[in-house]
Amino acid sequence: MNYRLGIDVGGTNTDGVLLDEQMNVIHSLKTPTTEDVETGIYNTINQLVKEANIDGEKIKFAMLGTTQCTNAIVERKKLNRVAIIRIGAPAGTAIKPLAGVPDDLKNILGNYMYIVEGGHEFNGDEISILNEDHIRTIAKELEGNVDSIAVTSIFSPVNKTHELRAAEILRDVLGEDVSISLSSEVGSIGLIERENATILNASIINVARMTAEGFEKALGNNGIDAKVFFCQNDGTLMSKEYTLKYPILTVACGPTNSLRGASFLSDNKDAIIVDVGGTTSDVGVLVKGFPRQSSIAVELGGVRTNFRMPDINSIGLGGGTIIRVDGDSITIGPDSVGHRLLEEAIVFGGSTLTTTDVAVALGKMNLGNPDRVAHLDKELLEAIYNQMVEMVEEAIDKVKTSGDDIPVVLVGGGSVLFPDKLKGASKVYQPENGGVANAIGSAISQISGEIEKIFSISKENREEILNKAKQLAITETIKAGADSEKVEIVDMENVPLAYLPGNATRVKVKAAGDLAID
Amino acid sequence: MRLIGKEEIENIAIGAALLGTGGGGDPFVGKMMALQAIEEHGPVQLLDVDEIADDDVIVPSAMMGAPTVMIEKIPSGEEALVAFKALEKVLNKKIKATMPIEAGGVNSLLPLALAASIGLPVVDADGMGRAFPELQMVTFYLNGVSTTPMVLADEKGNNMVLNAIDGKWAEKIARSATMVMGGSIMNAIYPMNGKQVKESAIYRSLTLEENIGRTIKEAKYNKQNPIEEVLKLLGGFTLFTGKVTDIERNTDGGFVRGTAKIEGLGNDKGENCYLEFQNENLIAKTDDQVLCITPDLICVLDTETALPVTTEGLRYGARVTVIGIPADEKWRTEKGIEVAGPRYFGYDHDFTPVENLMKARGK
Repeated sequence: MNYRLGIDVGGTNTDGVLLDEQMNVIHSLKTPTTEDVETGIYNTINQLVKEANIDGEKIKFAMLGTTQCTNAIVERKKLNRVAIIRIGAPAGTAIKPLAGVPDDLKNILGNYMYIVEGGHEFNGDEISILNEDHIRTIAKELEGNVDSIAVTSIFSPVNKTHELRAAEILRDVLGEDVSISLSSEVGSIGLIERENATILNASIINVARMTAEGFEKALGNNGIDAKVFFCQNDGTLMSKEYTLKYPILTVACGPTNSLRGASFLSDNKDAIIVDVGGTTSDVGVLVKGFPRQSSIAVELGGVRTNFRMPDINSIGLGGGTIIRVDGDSITIGPDSVGHRLLEEAIVFGGSTLTTTDVAVALGKMNLGNPDRVAHLDKELLEAIYNQMVEMVEEAIDKVKTSGDDIPVVLVGGGSVLFPDKLKGASKVYQPENGGVANAIGSAISQISGEIEKIFSISKENREEILNKAKQLAITETIKAGADSEKVEIVDMENVPLAYLPGNATRVKVKAAGDLAID
Repeated sequence: MRLIGKEEIENIAIGAALLGTGGGGDPFVGKMMALQAIEEHGPVQLLDVDEIADDDVIVPSAMMGAPTVMIEKIPSGEEALVAFKALEKVLNKKIKATMPIEAGGVNSLLPLALAASIGLPVVDADGMGRAFPELQMVTFYLNGVSTTPMVLADEKGNNMVLNAIDGKWAEKIARSATMVMGGSIMNAIYPMNGKQVKESAIYRSLTLEENIGRTIKEAKYNKQNPIEEVLKLLGGFTLFTGKVTDIERNTDGGFVRGTAKIEGLGNDKGENCYLEFQNENLIAKTDDQVLCITPDLICVLDTETALPVTTEGLRYGARVTVIGIPADEKWRTEKGIEVAGPRYFGYDHDFTPVENLMKARGK
């Protein structure tokens, strides 16, 4: 029997889970996250293998999901020295790179900014010829001054030749020591947002390298020689090589893994997942086993970006949410006692009325000392509880894509707060192992490939073009390491472009499949 | 005359999104361009209509093409300037000031970016008081102002002077040229003298947009209901409150057409509202009543934040409040209704002012 290992490094805990070939959960546990990350991962793996009593050599795949890169951006720590090159002049000069980015980040990242002639039109024609001499001059200027370069060319999601050529020239002058991030690999149409995401990507290359190498060392020190993968925002995997080039694609893997883990545990591919924590409940949608992606620009560390992120509706309602009663008016949250629940909640001897106290008093869950809340007015408690349930039901309704009832899966420490029947839910699931849904999500991830292009679609060629687009996505997926027999189209979107005749349509296709075992 | 700085731009952008009535293109690019131009060259002079002389040459500046292209191919900032220089040559006169052609979407902000970068004043007026999809749907056209001579300019330096026999031909030819020039261009259009502006423009629309933005911000700060405050400012009506339960979009002749179904909540529980749009929102109706119809303005606001929701941003589950605002009197004339009323857009309805429709509804 061979195994796979899933690790999720969070701010507080490092979770680990072992699955067998049939994807049965063999063992799972949590250890505290350590300052150097690596030690925490080592501890988790060490304890897992020992307690499950299996041979480390039998672990063939190891998957890591981590928020290390996200934290580096939010905290502005350990960021690389970067240069920013935008290709597209004369277009693009009316808004400079980093416009609208918070000043503290601009001061770190904005020391070398250039706009170079080149770039493409929406149909792939050149705006102007790429100014190669200019790129070469810039490269010489950057020698020894930066670790990382972000290159963004106008309409590179349609035609990326100028980005590729610029990278070649930069590589030629600067060698392999400087890493180069290309926007066409990072995001879709929307220059400012894609460029921002590419710049952030360039800034976290070192953090990603340290995390990846720490993971490999922690595995090696436990005698494990597994194929290593990293989880990305959309619930699929990346190789180490690709992660070191495009770590930005990992920044939202946390919520994604929890959604995917919940899906796996409850055996639902189309469902709404509610991850109930101490302070918030995060509500997301699974479509064919993948998180629905946000359609609007997502801010990260105060920066407007447009890369792939799961669409999460967060509400201020968790296990520690504070309840205030003033006459007839009940206010639930949005503030929470957070990790001080064990001191401040009434059932634990404190004096703050929390959602946990309400649920315990009504006999919905058993925690702390129920006698401490026995004196509370039952009618009032019912009113509060109904309001809590309505909040979750409304949050669920908001993320739905149709009016039909669909399965709802509750995971996370606070999931016991809620009843097994909810409005809008065809069935409510509260699976076992819901506490480590994150690590499970990382262990079960698939490999994916995606394409996004603008096509001219007519009634006659519609079928043919959509098939061609699908085939391109499938090829990408197999190239990434998927078993060619097990690749499926998981998402397809075509958006007609307003005001353009010729039926210009943006087509986006994503395919995913199980890892090829060789 | 007063000065428009960065804070005013931020507020104008919110008002522009609201008066965009669901379309008009995301004001973001225009806002960022204006902010950069003001940072580099200083604030913009905003002129009241009373401050312009009858023989001053005033030329609106606008983008044409796909907003989706513009968010990727950001302008160089030179396009509008090239168009103005070329038009000055054709007119053989100096242009005294510019102005927006529409008070909605990205086109509200772009003239401010041009104005800041070349030190030209902007007249506090526009030609729509809202957003509309076609070149001839402006109050200048209603008053017989010629669309052309107009100049189209791209970021590469190409420009084209166009003289057309009427507004519809100008629209047709310019639309094709825009495609060839890369899908998003700037134009100098509807050249007017000060007298024509005074007769045909919609007054103080930039100030109105700024006030909308400030009202929403201040209402939130003072914990008032921002939607009610905006309605007071605009003399508008709450048409319907509910949640989006169905949305259908498709392209037809270069426009995004579609319908959204909104299920009533609160006062409107038990009823449905149907919103029909062609880039902009054009009709709002219940199962048996029309609530508001073009050229009156129909805006969809997020019930919680009061921020405008575009037709592209509409999605299932969104809690929205649909508001109706009376259009400027210029649109409620026979000619105005002919150019931008329900029948022009292919709807089998007569125009009825929103205030009458609301009286009939009796809510």
